[in-house]
Amino acid sequence: VEPISLFSRLYKRPFNEAFEETPMLVAVLTYVGYGVLTLFGYLRDFMRQWKIEKCQNATEREEQKDFVPLYQDFENFYTRNLYMRIRDSWNRPICSVPGAKVDMMERVSHDYNWTFTYTGRVIKDIINMGSYNYLGFAQKAGTCQEAAAKVLSQYGAGVCSTRQEMGNLDKHEELEKLVARFLGVESAMAYGMGFATNSMNIPALVGKGCLILSDELNHASLVLGARLSGATIRIFKHNNMQSLEKLLKDAIVHGQPRTRRPWKKILILVEGIYSMEGSIVRLPEVIALKKKYKSYLYLDEAHSIGALGPSGRGVVDYFGLNPEDVDIMMGTFTKSFGAAGGYIGGKKELIDYLRTYSHSAVYATSMSPPVVEQIITSVKCIMGEDGTTVGKARVQQLAENTRYFRRRLKEMGFIIYGNEDSPVVPLMLYMPAKIGAFGREMLKRNIGVVVVGFPATPIIESRARFCLSAAHTKEMLDRVSVSSGLSFAHAFYKQIQQLFFCRLVQCLVHKLLNLMFKVL
Amino acid sequence: MDIKHVKDYIYWLYYQYLLITCSYVLEPWERSMFHTITVTVFAMVVYTAYVFVPIHIRLAFEFFSQLFEGQPESTVS
Repeated sequence: VEPISLFSRLYKRPFNEAFEETPMLVAVLTYVGYGVLTLFGYLRDFMRQWKIEKCQNATEREEQKDFVPLYQDFENFYTRNLYMRIRDSWNRPICSVPGAKVDMMERVSHDYNWTFTYTGRVIKDIINMGSYNYLGFAQKAGTCQEAAAKVLSQYGAGVCSTRQEMGNLDKHEELEKLVARFLGVESAMAYGMGFATNSMNIPALVGKGCLILSDELNHASLVLGARLSGATIRIFKHNNMQSLEKLLKDAIVHGQPRTRRPWKKILILVEGIYSMEGSIVRLPEVIALKKKYKSYLYLDEAHSIGALGPSGRGVVDYFGLNPEDVDIMMGTFTKSFGAAGGYIGGKKELIDYLRTYSHSAVYATSMSPPVVEQIITSVKCIMGEDGTTVGKARVQQLAENTRYFRRRLKEMGFIIYGNEDSPVVPLMLYMPAKIGAFGREMLKRNIGVVVVGFPATPIIESRARFCLSAAHTKEMLDRVSVSSGLSFAHAFYKQIQQLFFCRLVQCLVHKLLNLMFKVL
Repeated sequence: MDIKHVKDYIYWLYYQYLLITCSYVLEPWERSMFHTITVTVFAMVVYTAYVFVPIHIRLAFEFFSQLFEGQPESTVS
C-alpha cells in the first residue's frame, strides 16, 4: 500500500501496488543454488572441452578456433548449463484453441532436454493459465468465429499488398472507425503486428534532437523503437513519478547535452500494465506531469485494453481520465480481442501523418480480413453494440476472477507482485530449481503455467506468471491455487523462518477436504 | 498412519534440500557426486564441532575469567 503522495487527490479509487522485498534467507539460498549450478557448469564445460563428454551445443568450427570466441559470454554459459536442464517448461506445443482449457502434445526427452520426441499422445483439457486471453475471445465457436468464417469465404485469407498500395480494404476502414469510437479518440490506425506497431512507429514520431523518457521495465518493442529512432533515451525508475519529474526538470533546464538548445520534443513512453510485474502505470500523475512540463505521452496498452476499466476501455477508463489527454494511445489486438495486430489512436492530424510516414504502413502487409472481422465483432461485443450484455459480463467476470485469485494466493502465503486489479499475476519463485519444478509439477496436475527466469527477469527474481481470463471459472481458479500450494508446499516464504510444517500440512489437508466435500 | 506422516515429512525435507541446492536439475551422476561432497563436508563439520568446541569454550572461559580476576593484582603493583 503506497504512502499518501502529493498527487493522491488525482486518484478516484485506492491504488494498491506491492512489490514485497525478497526475504534475506531466500536471496542467500538463491545465490547458493546459482553457485552450485555455476560450479557444475564449469565442470561440464571442462568435460566438453577435453572431449570426455559429447558436445551437443553450438560451437565454432575447427578452422575458427583462433577467431574471437562466440560462445564464451555469460548468456551462452547460462543457456547451455542452466536453461537446457529445465527447457521442457518452454516451447510446449499446443494443438487446440488456447481458451480456458487447451490440449497439448506430450513430449519426452531421453538426453536431458537436448532433443525431444513426441510420444504421440495428446494431453487433453489442461487449464490454461498462460495465454493472454483476458476476455475469453479465443474461441472456436460463437458469434466472432461465425463472422470471421463468413468474411473468410468472402475475402479470402491473404491481402497481398501493403496499406499504401492495394491492401486497404473497406474492412480496415470500418475497423479503424470502430476502434477510434471505442477508445474515445478522433482517429485510429491498425497494423498487422503489435511488436511492429511500436518498433516502426516511434521512429516516425521522434528523431534526432528529441528526448525519450522511457520506463525501466518497458517492453522490447518500445526499447527497439526508441533506439531505432535515434533520439536520446533516458530511463526513469519503474512507475516512480519523482524520478520522472526530476528527469523532466533536468531536460527542460539543461536542454540538449552539448549545445544546450531546447529539446525538439519530449516523449514519455509508458505501458498500461507491465506484464512481468503486474503493475499498473500511475496514469493520473503522468498526465499531470506531462501537462506541467509540456511533453508528449505514448501509452502502450497492450495488456490493459479490454482488461481494465468498468467498460473494458483500458487504463484510461480505469482511472476515469479523458482519453484526449494521452497524445498517442497504442494497443494490441492480440491479448483481449483474440486476434493479432496493433493500433495507434490519437488526433486526426497525427494518424494522417502516420499513414504516410510509418514504416509499418508503407512496407508491411495489411491485416488479414478474417482477423479484422474477429476484432470488429469482439469490440462490438465489449461495447454492447451487438445487442447482448455478454461483453459487460466478461469484463466484470475478469475483474472478479482477478480479485478472487489474488486474494486466494496471498492467503496461501505466496509473494505476489503488482497491483490488486491487474489480471497478470506474477508468483515469485526465486530459486532456479523451482522454475523447472513448478512448471513440471503443475503440468502433472494438468495445469499449464508460464514460468520466467533470467534474462527476462533479474537473476534472483524468477517467477511464474498467471494470466487470468474471463473464461476461467471459480472452480478452475480453486484447482489452480490448491495445486500451486501442493506443488510448491515450500512456498510459504513468510513462514520459512519458522518452518511450521505441521500447520502447513493442516491447512492444505483442510483445503483438500473442503474441495473433496464440495465435489462429493 | 503416523509412520506415513513421518515418511512424507522426511521425503518433503529431502525435496526441499534438492530444490534449494538446485540438485533437482542435475543429472543422476552429478547428483550423486554432489550428495557425496555435501555429506562428507557436513560430517567433517559435525566431527570437528564435537571434538573441538567444548575445549575452545573452556579455554575462552578460562582466558576471560583470568583477565577479569588478574586486573586488581596488576593495578596494585
